[in-house]
Amino acid sequence: MSDTHAHSVAFVRETMLPQQPPPVTEAGVVKWMRENLFKGWFNTLLTVVSLYFIFKIVTGAYPWFANGIWNTSSLAECRDMLDGMTGACFSVLTERWNQLLFGFTYPRDAYWRPTLAFVLLIVAIAPVLYPKAPRNLLYFTAVYPFLAYWLIWGGTLLIPLMVLVGLVAGYFAFKQFERQSFAMGMIAGLVSAVVVIWAGSIVPASMPNVMAIEAVQSRDIGGFMLNMILGTVCVSLSLPLGIMLALGRQSSMPIIKWICIIFIEFIRGVPLITLLFVANVVLAYFFPPGSNIDLVLRVIIMITMFSSAYIAEVIRGGLAALPRGQYEAANSLGLDYAQSMRLIILPQALKISIPGIVNVAVGLFKDTTLVSVISMFDLVGMIRGPILASTEWNGVYWELWGFAVFVFFIVCFSISKYSQWLERQLATDHR
Amino acid sequence: MSTISDPPSGSFQLSMLINDTRYRSYTFQFIALILLIMAFAYLGYNLLANLQAAGLNISYKFLGEPAGYDINQTLVDYTSQSTHWRAAVVGVLNTLLVAFLGCLMATVIGVFVGVLRLSDNWLVRQIMSIYVEIFRNVPVLIWILIIMAIFIAVLPQPRDFRGEDAAASMVFGAFAFTGRGFYSPAPVFGPGSSVVVAVFLASIAGIFAFRRYAKKALYDRGQLIPTLWPSLAIFFVPSILVFFVMGRPITLDYPSLQGFNFQGGIFMRNSLIALWFALSIYTAAFIAENVRAGILAVSKGQTEAAASLGLRPGRIMNLVVLPQALRVIIPPLISQYLNLTKNSSLAIAVGYMDLTGTLGGITLNQTGRAIEAIFLLMLFYLAISLAISAIMNVYNNSVKLKER
Repeated sequence: MSDTHAHSVAFVRETMLPQQPPPVTEAGVVKWMRENLFKGWFNTLLTVVSLYFIFKIVTGAYPWFANGIWNTSSLAECRDMLDGMTGACFSVLTERWNQLLFGFTYPRDAYWRPTLAFVLLIVAIAPVLYPKAPRNLLYFTAVYPFLAYWLIWGGTLLIPLMVLVGLVAGYFAFKQFERQSFAMGMIAGLVSAVVVIWAGSIVPASMPNVMAIEAVQSRDIGGFMLNMILGTVCVSLSLPLGIMLALGRQSSMPIIKWICIIFIEFIRGVPLITLLFVANVVLAYFFPPGSNIDLVLRVIIMITMFSSAYIAEVIRGGLAALPRGQYEAANSLGLDYAQSMRLIILPQALKISIPGIVNVAVGLFKDTTLVSVISMFDLVGMIRGPILASTEWNGVYWELWGFAVFVFFIVCFSISKYSQWLERQLATDHR
Repeated sequence: MSTISDPPSGSFQLSMLINDTRYRSYTFQFIALILLIMAFAYLGYNLLANLQAAGLNISYKFLGEPAGYDINQTLVDYTSQSTHWRAAVVGVLNTLLVAFLGCLMATVIGVFVGVLRLSDNWLVRQIMSIYVEIFRNVPVLIWILIIMAIFIAVLPQPRDFRGEDAAASMVFGAFAFTGRGFYSPAPVFGPGSSVVVAVFLASIAGIFAFRRYAKKALYDRGQLIPTLWPSLAIFFVPSILVFFVMGRPITLDYPSLQGFNFQGGIFMRNSLIALWFALSIYTAAFIAENVRAGILAVSKGQTEAAASLGLRPGRIMNLVVLPQALRVIIPPLISQYLNLTKNSSLAIAVGYMDLTGTLGGITLNQTGRAIEAIFLLMLFYLAISLAISAIMNVYNNSVKLKER
């Protein structure tokens, strides 16, 4: 049939045409720009406005950065050198970096100690954050809090060592009694830890100079170091507390349930600043007369209570999201409450709650700046107080606040990126 | 043939308290209760002992004494001779003022940014996500202090507006942006202005009535009545007409430079504006994420189904997507409002006299009544957040998917 057809028409192509490249407007960069930047008049307008906006920012900020001065000792010198040009005076950062990071009374020759503690912190949290890190590092993680305390606060190593010994004793007692029941194990562990620590406290008291390095008072700790200390300590303390509160709130025992509900709702209902006021002026009234509890410790107590209430709510969400069948399956296997929680429920519930917990952690880390309101000198407190009030640097706003924004952004942004990564790692459902 | 046997009806043994699940929860609760009572007794005992040692007592009499300090931004009458209670009321109103303004502005910016983050335009998407990431990841206290620094370091002082070749000038001759705060014209209500206000309120009610009528006409008879232009007409025409008929009873009081400062008009202090803007842009970054998540939560099938029914894009948004997205957006939105209200207590960092600044700040320092003042402070914030939670629950129940 085809040959008859061939005779009836004037021309039939007998070979395939070579493939043509797509039209310029439908390929590559041009297509991408047409679709993403210039699709319709409104989109084009938006693009133009955005470009103008970016242009303004870049041209405004570039000379400020480019003319930045890094090596003067006061703002007046900076102004002299700039001679009317736009330019930043970054020398406030180079001159006061130690105050911004460590506070203004931390002994200068001891800066290596918090720095070392920070480096070791990275080693210590690696096995917690990265499932692939060597598991043996977890032992170091367990020792780290005591080491960090010794490095930052100084004094004799025997104090943190005795506490560590007490906790180890508690752990072995717990292991011993765990087979009877979890509750018995907990009680035995607690009792033996308290007894050992109480009995052992004579040792450092009798030998205050063994393995001692220069002691630093809490009020000398400041700068970004204070934010880091408050952030890490309070997050790690509030996780177990939050889990307990969440379980308590889910409990079928009315009294325990109501204690937890009232605690959580009360804490979530008031701003952190009022709790810090409590730490600053009220909490001392509730300690035994004559005891002089350090302000940093009081602040840690209040911030931990604050964040544990929020973490409890996040974990409660995770517990509620688990299908009922998981609870029933755990019961039908004959597991008791502690076992079913530890082996079945919590691993799943915590996994669901990771994004929420990280949100709370980021929020908490940001909230540590609030301590500057009760006249503690964290990063913000240092900038507002000693540095901006000094005669040399009165008026250097943008460099200092820019630095604060930069530091907090780096930390918080990387935490949230980490949580997204972890979520992908832990995703076991194949969508 | 029942496999379930009755519980052994033996005599009660003490070990059953811990080993028998029927009694175990009572044992635990009893222990918890005892521990709680002991803890409270211990704390209460310490409190009493400490108070006695310091020669203090718990008393709220200080609320009736004259405060003796000035508050620079007040919504109600207040002098330094007013009582501490009055100062606290001023503080409450200031807290509510900044919370209200902040929620309003945060919602506007947040919805705007959230919608733009889903825009077709790549550049706009990137800019908006940079905005969200930067503002979410830096403490709000730093933003408050940065905006305050703009007032101190960048904006001109009122004295710069003086003289022939002044360094600064007013915008439109009506608004002055100074380092002390913003000045804007204030309306002065002359005689007969109440009629204008009444007509204005009536026309707003009229708009709602008209839109209701148009909706009813659409649903009942399928008749499409345009709403935008008639609404605008109802909004403007009657009020303006009455305004001129009554002989312009409402005039504007322009701020004017007298001596070293502006007089007249509405004055918003720099601390209020710094707090307001900082809380707004910070909270807006969170709201933008909620809005984005809410819109993304409506499945694409809904949009396509609506389109296949022949609805136009505007109507798809209004009638199909938004009602479903709002169900997802509103609960986190309200908790953002709650956060904003609680964050407004940071006012103390810039010297805006909200409740934390008056009752928890100067009153506390002057009278030394720390426990009482902080108790009242917490009570106030607790009341607000419980009220907002209650509203949220009512709303959630009303929009909940009606399932079996």
